Amino acid sequence: MKSSNPFWNFFASVKLALFTLGCIAVTSIIGTLIPQKEPMQFYVNQYGSKVATYFQLLDFTDMYTSWWFLALLGLLSINLIVCSIDRFPITWKQITQDNLELPLERLEKFRLSASFNTQLSEQEVITTLPNMLAKAGWKIESRNRDGIHLFFGQKMPWSRIGVYLVHLSILIIFTGAVYGQLNGFRGSMMLPELQSSSTVFPFQSSSTINLGFTVKCERFEIEFYDNNMPKEYRSLLTVLEDDQVIVQKEIEVNTPLKYEGITFYQASYQPFNDFIFTIAESTNSPTIFTGEFQKEIKWLENNVSFGIINLESVRDQAVRLKIWFSDPTGEPSEFWIDAGEMIEFQRGDSVYFFSAKQRYATGLQVAKDPGVWIVYVGFLLMISGLYVAFFMSHKRLWLIIKNSGTKTQIEIRGSTNKNQAGFTTRFQDLATALENEL
Amino acid sequence: MDSSTLLGITTFTYLFSTVLYTIFYIFKMDKLGKVATWFTATALLIQTIAIGLRWWESYEMGIGRAPLTNMYESVVFFAWTIVALYLFIEWKFKLRIIGVFTVPFAFLAMAYASLSTDINKSITPLVPALQSNWLIAHVVTCFIGYAAFTVAAGLGIMYLIKNKNASSTSGLINSLPSLKVIDTITHNVMVFGFIWLTIGIITGAVWANSAWGRYWSWDPKETWSFITWAIYAITLHVRFTRGWQGPRIAWLAILGFISVIFTYYGVNFLLSGLHSYGSS
Ligand code: HEM
Repeated sequence: MKSSNPFWNFFASVKLALFTLGCIAVTSIIGTLIPQKEPMQFYVNQYGSKVATYFQLLDFTDMYTSWWFLALLGLLSINLIVCSIDRFPITWKQITQDNLELPLERLEKFRLSASFNTQLSEQEVITTLPNMLAKAGWKIESRNRDGIHLFFGQKMPWSRIGVYLVHLSILIIFTGAVYGQLNGFRGSMMLPELQSSSTVFPFQSSSTINLGFTVKCERFEIEFYDNNMPKEYRSLLTVLEDDQVIVQKEIEVNTPLKYEGITFYQASYQPFNDFIFTIAESTNSPTIFTGEFQKEIKWLENNVSFGIINLESVRDQAVRLKIWFSDPTGEPSEFWIDAGEMIEFQRGDSVYFFSAKQRYATGLQVAKDPGVWIVYVGFLLMISGLYVAFFMSHKRLWLIIKNSGTKTQIEIRGSTNKNQAGFTTRFQDLATALENEL
Repeated sequence: MDSSTLLGITTFTYLFSTVLYTIFYIFKMDKLGKVATWFTATALLIQTIAIGLRWWESYEMGIGRAPLTNMYESVVFFAWTIVALYLFIEWKFKLRIIGVFTVPFAFLAMAYASLSTDINKSITPLVPALQSNWLIAHVVTCFIGYAAFTVAAGLGIMYLIKNKNASSTSGLINSLPSLKVIDTITHNVMVFGFIWLTIGIITGAVWANSAWGRYWSWDPKETWSFITWAIYAITLHVRFTRGWQGPRIAWLAILGFISVIFTYYGVNFLLSGLHSYGSS
């Protein structure tokens, strides 16, 4: 539907789309050559102060959120919207039109044609044809007009929507991205074991965000392969509201914790210098202490003292600890234990359960992105739209039945909006089959 | 026999395939063409077994992971996909000559994987971020796309050779498929590649989101995959809406391929990006 408004036509044009997409592709190279989001001093050292000033002026130091890059994305969106509004009415007409009403001259123009005569009467042809075509998968309608009998069948007219689904999916993805950006945040938390916090430090600002609930790190573990590569980082997290445990989950890289639209990802860790001790006497519930290397810790209610007097480390992890342990039953004892292992031992009449491990802080990446589901819907739509656009086609078939004296003439016309070669073969096969059978 | 030996053998079988296809083409030995096809299919089978074996070996080593997660393994899978796709095209279009222009890419990929000192061939365990099924889906789909674009570039070269010597009566030029046929197959292969690259980028985004809470961060690898995607999107549009065909599409197929190689190789080794996964 060509509008006479040049402004409209400009925004509806595919030329603009090619230009914009090309610009986005070419300019996005900049950010792969110049490191992004570094402090100004970095650019001055790297490129000299003059170049650095130009970089900053042109937003090359954070180009993917610069006004001109966002403007290009915006232009692409406007282009898509206008182009779709411009073209959709035609497509809609092609999908819904009454194909039995097309003027005969229009039918003449379709590229695929075949015709043959048969001895059968017109009436016989009209009664047998629909069944034969149904066998080939064509649902047929028919109408008498202009002294002829016209049959029409089509396959997948709605596949013409495919392109619009793809274009719409891009808009949906952009919408999700913008919505998530405006209503979400990204930041980090460093939580020492046994401690809790409700504060997130956002990446992009110096203020802090209050979660409205508390997250506690109960435990952090790191596992290594034999060759010293990290195998898994794991944190046991608890979500607390008003000191009530709401959720508890063990998170790993790739399996985060989600609560109230906020996701906690295992991102890093930090070893501390102090240690966590768990100690219990016989079947009483355990008590937890924290304390430093070579410092005496007192468990007053049981009159017990203990501490770590030596340790063995692998990487930055204490793996074996030498414990010094004393209670009123006699001489203090010294023994080695594996970090984190719960041991049981007897002194006098008392049985103790004891474990010790180095303390860590777990590094969490915290993100709230309420737009991500919109983006995922866009992803699904894009894949299905591409499938429809590339692999499905709108195929149409007309059969014109004319009585020419003793014979009946059958003229066939076909059209497809895609995969011409494939449909040509099928069209010809169908025509041959009909000719042989009639 | 272990998987490395078997993959080493594959390198030579693809070299030999290339030689067979070339002799078949230059000397018009039709019987040899069949031999080339069967030989290539056997080589693909050997490579398939080698990849399977590598998978099994990783379980034996107590690592247990799909053989798709470092540079070496992805290049091997890339070669595998090129040959699989080529054999499918040969079967579908009955055009053996395409082998001359595509199988060499599989050989080059394997030769690079086996001989380069840049890449580590041992089966190493995965750091935590890489332990994800989304990663497997991401690698497989991207490489199907890349392989398709490689075949499209081979066809593009074939097109340009034929086009340049259009008036030539030389047998070598004449026995190439007609320009129209090459153009159509190039387009179909690019469409196929575009869909897979799209799925590849999407699964990559989903993976990034599950590991770091961010589906797109414009790191150099992501950005270059986007640039590649845009080049093919532009190619499709100029064809559908501006009627471009023939030599221009052939050039775009080659340009796209260069972008693929840069996305895949250049970003890891030439740019100092963060996305160093899969670079060792
Ligand atoms: C990056 C973004 C884009 C993608 C991924 C995309 C995707 C596609 C695809 C896959 C087709 C093929 C349709 C077919 O098989 O016939 C197509 C066609 C088309 N696209 Fe886009 N497109 C994009 C941007 C745009 C923009 C911004 C415009 C705005 C003018 C546009 C206009 C068109 C038109 C007019 C067609 C032809 C429709 C037809 O054949 O009837 N595209 N697009």
